Amino acid sequence: MTVLARFEDQTRLEEIADQIGQDVLAPNADQVDREARFPRESIAAFRQHGLLSAYIPVEFGGGGASFRELNELCERFGHYCASSAMIFAMHQIQVACLVHHAAHTERGRDVLRDICVKQSLLASATTEIGTGGDLGSSVCAAEDLGNAIRIDKQAPVISYAEDADAILVTCRAHSDAAPGDQLHVLVERTQYRLEQISGWDTMGFRGTCSSGYRLIAETPIESVLPAPFATILGQTMQPVSHLLWGSLWLGMAHSAASIARRQVRTLIRKGGVPATTHLRLAEMDESLHRMRSSLREAISVYQDILDQGSFARTQAFSFGTSMNNIKLICSEGVVDVVSKAMVIAGISAYRNDSEMSLTRLLRDAYGTLLMVNNDRIRSHNAAMQLAQR
Amino acid sequence: MQPGHDTPRQIREALKEVGNLAVDVGSLSDTDDLYDAGLTSLNTVNLMLAIEDCFECEFPEEMLNRETFQSISTIGDALRQLLQAS
Repeated sequence: MTVLARFEDQTRLEEIADQIGQDVLAPNADQVDREARFPRESIAAFRQHGLLSAYIPVEFGGGGASFRELNELCERFGHYCASSAMIFAMHQIQVACLVHHAAHTERGRDVLRDICVKQSLLASATTEIGTGGDLGSSVCAAEDLGNAIRIDKQAPVISYAEDADAILVTCRAHSDAAPGDQLHVLVERTQYRLEQISGWDTMGFRGTCSSGYRLIAETPIESVLPAPFATILGQTMQPVSHLLWGSLWLGMAHSAASIARRQVRTLIRKGGVPATTHLRLAEMDESLHRMRSSLREAISVYQDILDQGSFARTQAFSFGTSMNNIKLICSEGVVDVVSKAMVIAGISAYRNDSEMSLTRLLRDAYGTLLMVNNDRIRSHNAAMQLAQR
Repeated sequence: MQPGHDTPRQIREALKEVGNLAVDVGSLSDTDDLYDAGLTSLNTVNLMLAIEDCFECEFPEEMLNRETFQSISTIGDALRQLLQAS
């Protein structure tokens, strides 16, 4: 295993990501999509390069990548296989929760060291049947078993649950707790069982295998993260999700734009294109630019918060709204760019069997509007406008 | 209205009216975490508006965060700071 000691060189990091993308992600992407299967080759490649612990500090055996670099990796992987990139991003969101909120305890440090050695893949069970998609509330509660707790959760989706080594689960702190008084608990493979309650035959992101499960877990009390979930959600999970997702969606959009540009070059060599096609390319580029620039700015803001250790800044109502804005801009942006690219590239992009095919990307792109529904996010932002000056 | 010894009671009134908490406001101490008691960010907005109406003030941008609305006592502190400054 060639675990990178330290990701000191950004160029090298991008080179490694592109290499994995070209050699492993891209060649399997169509089959992963067609069969809606877990992209095991991609995850094996991430493991082989120590990338599942990329964000864990060097002192615990990880890659020590910065948050900015993590975004760079997601963006690169987004070029090659959206499902693989999404799994990579979802795993890193869980890792970030542990790095930001558990590394100050001995138990947390042991967990992080263990992830580095085993290159464990972490999944997430936050949403629950009965909460209407609100991560900030739970129905199920931790049942007190003395030195352990028991959790029984009906999760409408747990992405790649069957291939994960551990799952971070939310639940109410105790049977009398309010829906928003939640714990975040890391349960390991041997501590839970899953009963599938729904499948994952969807339009896009088919390789994420996000079926629904009843999750029944029994785990020692030490598995509870040493911070309330509301804190973890506001300081880490919400911003990190929206930024890492945005980055991989930017990668998807960029990849569609490259195909459209390549197709136009080919057509010009064959005898020309209508003037409008050039205009369409320029419009597509504006959309891509809007995604990239708003994302870069927001990544800088969050990287600065991490560098300064000033998590209090994430408490501002305007911070949550701005991270939501990134999610809205990037998800609508990727649909816009891929749709435009398809019109520009024409029938060869519409075909499933062409080198210029954009059909998988277009199907994947629409998923971004729904995974945490944009209407829900926008309604929240709308209400929060009153609490901004 | 100026903040004074009656402030916690007025905040409790506002909470009762718009807080939509999972527990009875009367069972909370001044320092209990309102978010743990079920205050959502959307209800925080309504609480903010109700308190601003009651005390005829406007919270500035730097006070518009979770910390300000964490408990009856933190809201009281913010109001004191705000209304003394004016």
